[in-house]
Amino acid sequence: MTTVATHAAGIDAFIARGTALTGAQGDREAASGHLRAQGLPTRRLEAWHFTSLAPLADVAFSAGAQASARAATLLQGCGIDALAVMNRVVFVNGRFDAGLSRLPDGVGLSFFADEPAFGAIARPERDAATMLNTILAEDGARIDVAADVDAGTIAIVSVGVATDTPVSFHPRHRIVLQRGARLALFEYALGEGEYLHNPVAEIVVSADAVLTHVKFQDEAPGARHITCAYVDVAERGEYDSFTLTVGGSLARHEVHVGLLGGAAAAHVNAAQLLDGAQHADLTSVITHGAPGCVSRQTVKNVLSGRAHGVFQGKIYVDRVAQKTDGYQMNQALLLSDGAQIDAKPELEIYADDVKCSHGATVGALDDEQLFYLRSRGIPDAEARAILVRAFLLDAVELVREPTLRGILDDAVERHWRKGA
Amino acid sequence: MSSEFLKISGLCARIDDNGTEKPILRGVDLVIPPGEVHAIMGPNGSGKSTLSYVLAGREDYDVTDGSVTFRDQDLLALEPEERAALGVFLAFQAPVELPGVNNANFLRTAVNAVRRARGESELDAVTFLKDVRKEIKHLSIHDDMLKRNVNVGFSGGEKKRNEVLQMRMLRPSLAILDETDSGLDIDALRIVAEGVNSLRGPDFSALVITHHQRLLDHLVPDRIHVMARGRIIHSGGPEIARQLEAEGYAQFLAEAA
Ligand SMILES: Nc1ncnc2c1ncn2[C@@H]1O[C@H](COP(=O)(O)OP(=O)(O)OP(=O)(O)O)[C@@H](O)[C@H]1O
Ligand SMILES: [Mg+2]
Repeated sequence: MTTVATHAAGIDAFIARGTALTGAQGDREAASGHLRAQGLPTRRLEAWHFTSLAPLADVAFSAGAQASARAATLLQGCGIDALAVMNRVVFVNGRFDAGLSRLPDGVGLSFFADEPAFGAIARPERDAATMLNTILAEDGARIDVAADVDAGTIAIVSVGVATDTPVSFHPRHRIVLQRGARLALFEYALGEGEYLHNPVAEIVVSADAVLTHVKFQDEAPGARHITCAYVDVAERGEYDSFTLTVGGSLARHEVHVGLLGGAAAAHVNAAQLLDGAQHADLTSVITHGAPGCVSRQTVKNVLSGRAHGVFQGKIYVDRVAQKTDGYQMNQALLLSDGAQIDAKPELEIYADDVKCSHGATVGALDDEQLFYLRSRGIPDAEARAILVRAFLLDAVELVREPTLRGILDDAVERHWRKGA
Repeated sequence: MSSEFLKISGLCARIDDNGTEKPILRGVDLVIPPGEVHAIMGPNGSGKSTLSYVLAGREDYDVTDGSVTFRDQDLLALEPEERAALGVFLAFQAPVELPGVNNANFLRTAVNAVRRARGESELDAVTFLKDVRKEIKHLSIHDDMLKRNVNVGFSGGEKKRNEVLQMRMLRPSLAILDETDSGLDIDALRIVAEGVNSLRGPDFSALVITHHQRLLDHLVPDRIHVMARGRIIHSGGPEIARQLEAEGYAQFLAEAA
């Protein structure tokens, strides 16, 4: 069948581009082998039950060009004022752009491009995002925060600029917090045109370290954002994350968090604001691999138009992980008849002394609340926006770092002003 | 301005109650001239709150017959927010809780929406706060209530005071108070009545729904209407409040039957 032939040709094209890259060839070849054998995931796979990457094979992606000037303009108009004064590592079409960056002092910072090497946490044989990324990674940030250092806030910014032809870029990041270190990481993705942004992050939170990881996916309407993050957290370490997804036509945000030392904690919170024909998938696997760990997950989807939101959340509790405390909640708000949510919360527990709860709700806006607001003179669209913001509030509030929370608040606000 | 500030004629409304059409208002006739305060009393379930909702524009109710004009406009043709801009204000019998919505922000959004619609300039944060502080002092409302989420965790009386606060801030020309006196302590009752009385004037009318004569002692109405089974079955002067308090509705119900 032609679709199969096209699919194979698309995969060959990715692999051919990867073969031309230098550095870490062994890893790239292995990943190419996996991709050739497995193909791009379709809904037939359990882990991809609601999202297919097969359409990626139909697009003739190429590496993006230099586009500093255009990226600068996009950044200027992005609406996040705090970014101008923030330490930031900016990538344009996947390559580090020194001119747009403002590099932090006091942390180890290096680049994948200078010394291509993959970390050991990500699993290219297991997920398609990491497979593709391992074949095609050209650059990425490596941030190393030394023991007991508080590195403040650092942003990793990706700007995609696709003008005539579709481009793809596959940055590979590595973030390591040594014992007792602290960092607030702001990952921000934006752009214009048709492109595929496929970042993979390998993250190590050592004992007693605290990483706040706020991600704002605000890609261009024609973008695909396919990402995977692997996070290992050691004893008493804390990984506190929040992901806001508003952009892209197709998005998959996958995260694997391993709580590997006693009393480690992870917050894997997220919100999606989707409309039109957007499809965004949030898939998380939180593994409790040691006793006394805590995981918290609040995921909110606000879906209008014909948007399709997906949440697959698995909490895996190992036999040794006694006194596990796990909580997971998914709440979807459907603002139109055509919007759709697929939620699959999942607990897999092999220890006997654990406290785990999860739940999922789907609802519409409350008519009585809407009428109350309108009866006070607030126009319908504004009243709806107020209720949606209120719905999102107890998720966004979970971001404790005030600047980053402010960025998310503003982003939600802007989203509604744009729509109204 | 015409002497028929608010004119309700033959108003019929029903609700879809799990698939069956249930008539609630069965021909309400009522006229309130400008500057007057009218009261509605009547047994539970007679349709008083339904009337107030229909006037404020709640869409759950199907208006099947009759008309409502307010300041020479067809009120029923307007959206709820347009009615508010025109001056209609409903103090809810059961004020709605809005988790995640800050009370002060809510009030300011409402005030500015109404000001915009009335062609007035919006209030900046400082002016707004000054205004609202003045009002909450009058109403003996704790500062704290501004910082909290709208009506969430408010006591019954606090919710009612919060309704009156909104009324004062939105400067309506027709205030409909649906049992705003229920749940109020004696002092609050006086404060609320004062809150309405001080708005009285040629451009302000009120429709006060109540079960108790006490509010009407403070807020002497020009007319009292008795509502039963979806109709106004009797109208009279303020003196009928006492008669009702003493004798109940039996006599009026018998006369109407
Ligand atoms: N949404 C609804 N669904 C079904 N029945 C309704 C609905 N709203 C009102 N009703 C019915 O309509 C009738 C009138 O209700 P309404 O609340 O208007 O009465 P009321 O006069 O305000 O009573 P009260 O003095 O107890 O406040 C009642 O029988 C009530 O059960
Ligand atoms: Mg009532």
